[in-house]
Amino acid sequence: MSGYEARFKVWRGDVEGGGLEDFTVEVNDGEVVLDIIHRLQATQAPDLAVRWNCKAGKCGSCSAEINGRPRLLCMTRMSVFSREETITVTPLRAFPVIRDLVTDVGFNYTKAREVPAFVPPADLGPGEYRMMQEDVDRSQEFRKCIECFLCQDTCHVVRDHEENKPAFAGPRFLMRVAELDMHPLDAAGDTGLDRSRTAQDEHGLGFCNITKCCTEVCPEGIRITDNALIPLKERAVDRKYDPLVWLGAKIGRRSRDTP
Amino acid sequence: MSVVDRQEWDVVVVGAGGAGLRAAVEARERGARTAVICKSLFGKAHTVMAEGGIAASMGNVNSGDNWQVHFRDTMRGGKFLNQWRMAELHAQEAPQRVWELETWGALFDRTKDGRISQRNFGGHEYPRLAHVGDRTGLELIRTLQQKIVSLQQEDFRETGDHESRLKVFQECTVTRVLQEDRKVSGVFGYERESGRFFVLQAPSVVIATGGIGKSFKVTSNSWEYTGDGHALALLAGAPLLNMEFVQFHPTGMVWPPSVKGILVTESVRGDGGVLRNSEGRRFMFDYVPDVFKEKYAESEAEGDRWYDDPDHNRRPPELLPRDEVARAINAEVKEGRGSPHGGVFLDVSTRMPAEVIRRRLPSMYHQFKELADVDITAEAMEVGPTCHYVMGGIAVDSDTAAARGVPGLFAAGEVAGGMHGSNRLGGNSLSDLLVFGRRAGRYAAEYAAGRTAEGTRARVDDAQVDAAAAEALRPFSAEAQEPDAGPPENPYTLHQELQQTMNDLVGIIRREAEMKQALEKLAELRVRARRAGVEGHRQFNPGWHLALDLRNMLLVSECVARAALERTESRGGHTREDHPSMDRRWRPANLLCSLADPAGGAAGDPAATDPERGRIALERQTTEPIRPDLLALFDKEELVKYLADEELEGRSE
Repeated sequence: MSGYEARFKVWRGDVEGGGLEDFTVEVNDGEVVLDIIHRLQATQAPDLAVRWNCKAGKCGSCSAEINGRPRLLCMTRMSVFSREETITVTPLRAFPVIRDLVTDVGFNYTKAREVPAFVPPADLGPGEYRMMQEDVDRSQEFRKCIECFLCQDTCHVVRDHEENKPAFAGPRFLMRVAELDMHPLDAAGDTGLDRSRTAQDEHGLGFCNITKCCTEVCPEGIRITDNALIPLKERAVDRKYDPLVWLGAKIGRRSRDTP
Repeated sequence: MSVVDRQEWDVVVVGAGGAGLRAAVEARERGARTAVICKSLFGKAHTVMAEGGIAASMGNVNSGDNWQVHFRDTMRGGKFLNQWRMAELHAQEAPQRVWELETWGALFDRTKDGRISQRNFGGHEYPRLAHVGDRTGLELIRTLQQKIVSLQQEDFRETGDHESRLKVFQECTVTRVLQEDRKVSGVFGYERESGRFFVLQAPSVVIATGGIGKSFKVTSNSWEYTGDGHALALLAGAPLLNMEFVQFHPTGMVWPPSVKGILVTESVRGDGGVLRNSEGRRFMFDYVPDVFKEKYAESEAEGDRWYDDPDHNRRPPELLPRDEVARAINAEVKEGRGSPHGGVFLDVSTRMPAEVIRRRLPSMYHQFKELADVDITAEAMEVGPTCHYVMGGIAVDSDTAAARGVPGLFAAGEVAGGMHGSNRLGGNSLSDLLVFGRRAGRYAAEYAAGRTAEGTRARVDDAQVDAAAAEALRPFSAEAQEPDAGPPENPYTLHQELQQTMNDLVGIIRREAEMKQALEKLAELRVRARRAGVEGHRQFNPGWHLALDLRNMLLVSECVARAALERTESRGGHTREDHPSMDRRWRPANLLCSLADPAGGAAGDPAATDPERGRIALERQTTEPIRPDLLALFDKEELVKYLADEELEGRSE
């Protein structure tokens, strides 16, 4: 095994403040950044705080920024860096720090609660659902999301403007709205809920100016912008300016989202 | 009196994987105010890593499937040591549990006529696993998570508070179940983020903490799998059942070293992957045991035909239950026919076009590409056995999931014992979570309602809270407690030594002398772990958390080693080199572990160091006879291979 000593800068601190701390640490063949963080814990910094779970890119716990770029620690191989390079590991910038590499991602759980749940069709019981694969494909892509929140972290609407947070759900949860809107059996419409309109009116879809940063950092390769956000924008606009919907509202036929 | 945050709930669920969340949904829907506690963030439990699918005999792909066939497969897989009533309930209720997920928004892969697709897996006679590519666990956990959110949205509309009836306490650890007389009165725990202690008072506690794999060095398990629930139950006085049965999944990654143990889903074999040794031979044909001889193909040609015509051919032996495949791989490597990095070759590239592999096994494709730089559509994977699942667990009542001996304690999922016997079939874990998670939630809610109605909810004893707080704080003053004993122990070092011990001495192949050696080493580690010390403060301190988890891993490891030493036969996940065959006389025997020394074996107490006087006492118990109508589902010739003589006599009467 061709071990070498790598130079690391790791952000350490808490809500009160902190800074980058220098470490020199052994690296072995085939390791990922998370292995190095674990070695630091076991040998030099036993109280270094980091979240992780599966170490296989499936749980989305070990999100951080490596050399300023949002990434999963467990899916970043050391071999992508040169041996001379100093590797900097910092916590997600869009969320408040708790300690070291661990941030308070509560924002995401708040937003998750604001998206109305799947509505099952009233006339079908369990076991009676029939859906074609080509119809579930679209929403299945979005259900690959491991909720690592890297897209939330990189989205400039959240990252650079704290004041946007109350009004803007962020790409992960706008994608969740799209997922439900495209779900072949979602019956939200029958209850008077227009999901694509709520994306615009309640979840801040208008803030998104499709720079595709979210898509770029997604470790699952989900095409968040092209397949979720843009179609959602199109549907929201279509409904708003659909002449039939407009006419229906004019001549007194209530639109579905009026209580 | 302790100054600790206290809250009052009806049901507390410890663990937020599939079983815990399903239990919580059920308890809340039955009117219980329910709290869920998990060590990670909500939605990150080990269940997300489950890949293959949920076993349920819906008969969507082969109409020959039904619950009786599923029951038979499960009993055979577990070598008849399953708690048969659990296997029966599981086979009967699994389809309902899968369909119910659809009504909560889950999107499974589809058949051509629009029903839920089902895939082949080892030990299952028909394609039976409802799945979503190879990320079924993620779909399961996300669906349950979203169901919880939908219930919280309902509560918000009614009460103005999302968390009035169902609350998730994420990133918290429970260290003790509190009791009054033996009855459950609540739990004691701490918030990982702040280090603050809390008590949740409740008459019912559901343990759904998963497994113990982090006691082994090569494991597919996440960091959370430190046997917490097993240990909490033991410490509360509930026995653990058949802890010797630990499943080594045949196919973990073996290269590069940093990913050693990470799982390669069994769907690779279910979808046509073949195992080869360094000589290019499909060696599994050499390892079909007698009890399965009639059910598996004898030649490569027959095995290959089975994929297209399963009704007229037998399955290839790559689809034997996991224990058989893991032992076969182990034997090939030991005989010097392994791959360059100490595994064997698993090849799917010669059997399926690249785009089919990418569609059916997207996460495997991704995992090998990113972590090992291997393109599985063009080359073989290198795989070897990895510690994956513990069949043993808290002894529970089959119908109600109630733990034996502790009123108010319930258990479901991997932490509960009995369902899988000596070896679990792939896909039976996700269905187990749903079936018994729901049952645990239901009976926990009923029990709590009963105590509330009677006005007999147990009270929290302040002395227990104080003791639990002192126990949790101990690692911060390890040095002060025995100043002459040298510097405190590093919890990371202790953990590594424990993992190495279990891997080397109580691993996939076991020998009497090695297990005795393991018990000595565990006794030594037990003494040293009392001096595990930590630096820094209580806020998000992983060294501290590990020091506390060590107590649980050591307890559970001792159970595994002691039970494995006792069972002098090879069956399922337990292989004794010195007793290589299955012994029918062991069929009706269960091994129960309980705490011998509830005081904990203080330093200087010989029980703390003497492996013969360990903390765990072992008891042999005769199993309940299998109900005759269930036995009638098998041929007499088959039963003769499994059942003890007295059981067979009982049957003919």
